[in-house]
Amino acid sequence: MSELLQLLVSGLSKGCVFGLIALGFVLIYKATEMLNFAQGELMMMGAFVAFTFVNLAAMPFLAGFAVTLVVALAFGMALERGVLRPMIGEPPFAVLMLTIGLGFVLRTVAVNIWGTDPRTLDVPYAGEVLVVREVVFGYDNLIVIGATAFLCGGLWLFFRRSRLGVAMQAASQNQLAAYYSGVPVKRVASLVWGISAAISAAAGMLLAPISLIDQNMGFIGIKAFAAAIVGGFGSLPGAIVGGLLIGVSEEFALRYLWPGFGEVTAFVILLVMLFVRPQGIFASLQKKKV
Amino acid sequence: MRFVLTTRYAQDVALFRHNGQRFWYGLLAIALLVAPWLMTNFYVGEAAMVFIWAIAGVGVMLLVGYTGLVSLGHAAFLAIGAYTHAALLRYGVPLPLALLLATGAAAAAGALVGYAALRMTGVYLAVATLAFERIVAYLVEHGGALTGGVRGVAMTQPQWFGISVIHSHFFYYLCLGVLALCIFGAVNLLRSPTGRAFVAVRDSEVCAESMGVHLARTKTVAFALSAALTGLAGALMAHKIGHLVPEAFGVNVSIQLLLLVVVGGLGSLHGVVFGAIFVGFLPQILALARDQLAAFGVDRVPGLEVGAYGAILVLFLIFEPLGVYGRWLKIRAWFDEFPLYRKATYKKQKSYLRTERVH
Repeated sequence: MSELLQLLVSGLSKGCVFGLIALGFVLIYKATEMLNFAQGELMMMGAFVAFTFVNLAAMPFLAGFAVTLVVALAFGMALERGVLRPMIGEPPFAVLMLTIGLGFVLRTVAVNIWGTDPRTLDVPYAGEVLVVREVVFGYDNLIVIGATAFLCGGLWLFFRRSRLGVAMQAASQNQLAAYYSGVPVKRVASLVWGISAAISAAAGMLLAPISLIDQNMGFIGIKAFAAAIVGGFGSLPGAIVGGLLIGVSEEFALRYLWPGFGEVTAFVILLVMLFVRPQGIFASLQKKKV
Repeated sequence: MRFVLTTRYAQDVALFRHNGQRFWYGLLAIALLVAPWLMTNFYVGEAAMVFIWAIAGVGVMLLVGYTGLVSLGHAAFLAIGAYTHAALLRYGVPLPLALLLATGAAAAAGALVGYAALRMTGVYLAVATLAFERIVAYLVEHGGALTGGVRGVAMTQPQWFGISVIHSHFFYYLCLGVLALCIFGAVNLLRSPTGRAFVAVRDSEVCAESMGVHLARTKTVAFALSAALTGLAGALMAHKIGHLVPEAFGVNVSIQLLLLVVVGGLGSLHGVVFGAIFVGFLPQILALARDQLAAFGVDRVPGLEVGAYGAILVLFLIFEPLGVYGRWLKIRAWFDEFPLYRKATYKKQKSYLRTERVH
């Protein structure tokens, strides 16, 4: 029983990270209809930037966290302005390939700045555990879950209550109508990229104490993509739910199924889902019909 | 500039438009046939590798360039072709039959993925193919005696008329022949209703469907054909690699195939050849670049290869979406219209987001 609970918590925390990255995908997709395959690499960059501030510059953890979010926001906006905006109106697969290329470039940049050795982020809660009735939970896992809940709450309020959030929703529902109503669509798209990069960076910083920081950590972005689709692409709660589902099943598969199978669980779930219910758990997008 | 006045239907469907084309392609064919006798064995081998890339490139081009479906998992078809071929040869199946069966196996896998892909819009497909690739990679790594697991499996190199398959000249002509067949087949396919349907699906699914194109069938056929050619290339590549290991067919290979079609020029078979030359010789170019960097005191750039692939992909997509072939067309237009060429002819026009959603 205690083992099951522990697996569940570590699976949920992993799922939260998947969910956050998936959230980044979905935000960008809803606002600009672009698929960003470099989302995992944005997460990696976030983790490395946090490593620079917290470990190398010896900033307090929370301050380093905040500064990293700002840097990621700026980086995401710059990326949109410099690389993605010239691609507006190009076919979707061109944009997709562009972001794949971008991911490769980011990985090489990271290797050349921070080296190939895996790094650990100095967090104040590293290695500490919470014991409830002889069941041991790692603080790192619990904090991931808590922080994800907090971030989601913040985003929900932002999209519901703030002017900018509503403008973003409008732009993602219908760009032209939003433009006519005075929403600065270009600037909004830029900001969405920024926010998405910041969320990914947060995911990277939360993941860093659990796994190590290296240039290949961005590969979990692929699993996050699977999570986004399982949840129903284009649905924000769906991204989180999909992430949790994949995170938990992966954790259980790693423990109980054939060796190495855990690594492909996400993809098996994805393919099964695409056969059974291609629109995902929370269907929100419809395809144009003739 | 040459204008061809067509007076007969046969002229309209002819493979070559005019004698100029016949002359230049004939010259190219002769050059390719005599080339191995003028080169060292190393370059003959490299040229054969370029042909193999081009075969896979034709497959990817049919899917990405002509049907507009992106696959991030073509390395899986390459692996299926290679491992099937290796297994069949081990059981003593003759080479041509093994090649055909390997192609067939890849085609079947492609049809399966394509069929699964029908229910998704374009973007879902990319992820689904990636998922498929990861699952195939898992199966290859845990395939027991059939795939040799992570340690890999040695390739049987059969004899043909007393010559080993991997004899550099024999292999060169084998790959050249297969490539010529593939390109000939692709050219003919693209002039047929199926090929036209591919292009229609690429340009607008909604439009194609309302013109009576059977979307599901077209996409499945495109996928199966593309996988078949890639599998064939995989089978040939297996001979070249000699010892099959899972890393030889990683995600990087899928990206290299995409790089090939983008650099060559999406939507042109000429582009495939340009792209194959580029991808085939890129490692050598990068090795040279590495030496140059070492001269400047930068002795180690980790991940240079991967970064260069990514950067080239990004730069081409932003600045020359039509690739090398597109650039060649522009240069040719400049010469054709020599004193009268207007700069604005190929200027990128302002374009807007074409949405595929309903609101």
